[in-house]
Amino acid sequence: MAQARSNRPISPHLQIWRWGPAMLVSILHRVTGNGLAFAGLGLLLWWVGAVAGGEQSYQTFVTYVWTGTGSTLSVWTSWLGKAVLIGLTLAFFQHLATGLRHFVLDLGAGYELQANARWSVLTMVFSVLASALFWAFLLQSH
Amino acid sequence: MGNGTSIGRVRGLGSSHQGTHHWLASRLTAVGNLILIPYLMISLLLLPAYDYASVRAWMAQPLAATALILIFINTVYHARLGVQVMLEDYVHEAPGRIAAWVLVNFVPFAGAAFGVISVVRIALGGA
Repeated sequence: MAQARSNRPISPHLQIWRWGPAMLVSILHRVTGNGLAFAGLGLLLWWVGAVAGGEQSYQTFVTYVWTGTGSTLSVWTSWLGKAVLIGLTLAFFQHLATGLRHFVLDLGAGYELQANARWSVLTMVFSVLASALFWAFLLQSH
Repeated sequence: MGNGTSIGRVRGLGSSHQGTHHWLASRLTAVGNLILIPYLMISLLLLPAYDYASVRAWMAQPLAATALILIFINTVYHARLGVQVMLEDYVHEAPGRIAAWVLVNFVPFAGAAFGVISVVRIALGGA
């Protein structure tokens, strides 16, 4: 829409605003949501598809995503796989918490400056703690 | 779309009047995810091991298979709605918009179909 451009004022973007918790978690909600959509559902589909494909294809999945005991490539991708899995855990809990925050905001509540900032920070505290608990339980029980 | 008068330049660029449904569907599927994804994550934690036999035995159970299929419908739809909003916000030029619109309608269906077929095959004892 080049024809619409003129020297009229345009809305300020990320670099204009002073960063605050509400702004940060709003952006995090979008980033984590899209991360979960592409990496999360992609990985879930690969995992379920690998199981459906039989023992060998499941082994390929595990080698490339976790153990890295196959080719040299799998050594590298398994590091990436672990990072992605931990990132997805953080992303899930963050998206869950900010999603619940959106439900509250949809009701018209939680817009007072102090409360809004406090709950925004708490979503991040929650996602870090829940992810740490999740991985601690998983690694300790397996 | 005309390019003469001011009204001619903006005609056809307004709301498509689908926004409320999109918004509501996003919230409704979010509630579904609130049940489905914690179920998946707790199930993963409670699996005895992550070898082929254990994972397959879990996926073949009716409850787990149902949850996975619902994830491939509900969560994929939720993701599709969210990705669509992201694309609408960041892809501005016409060719990209058309490509994004085609992909955001095709890829989630393909992914969901692949996931459902995989789970059905496992649950009904194929392979």
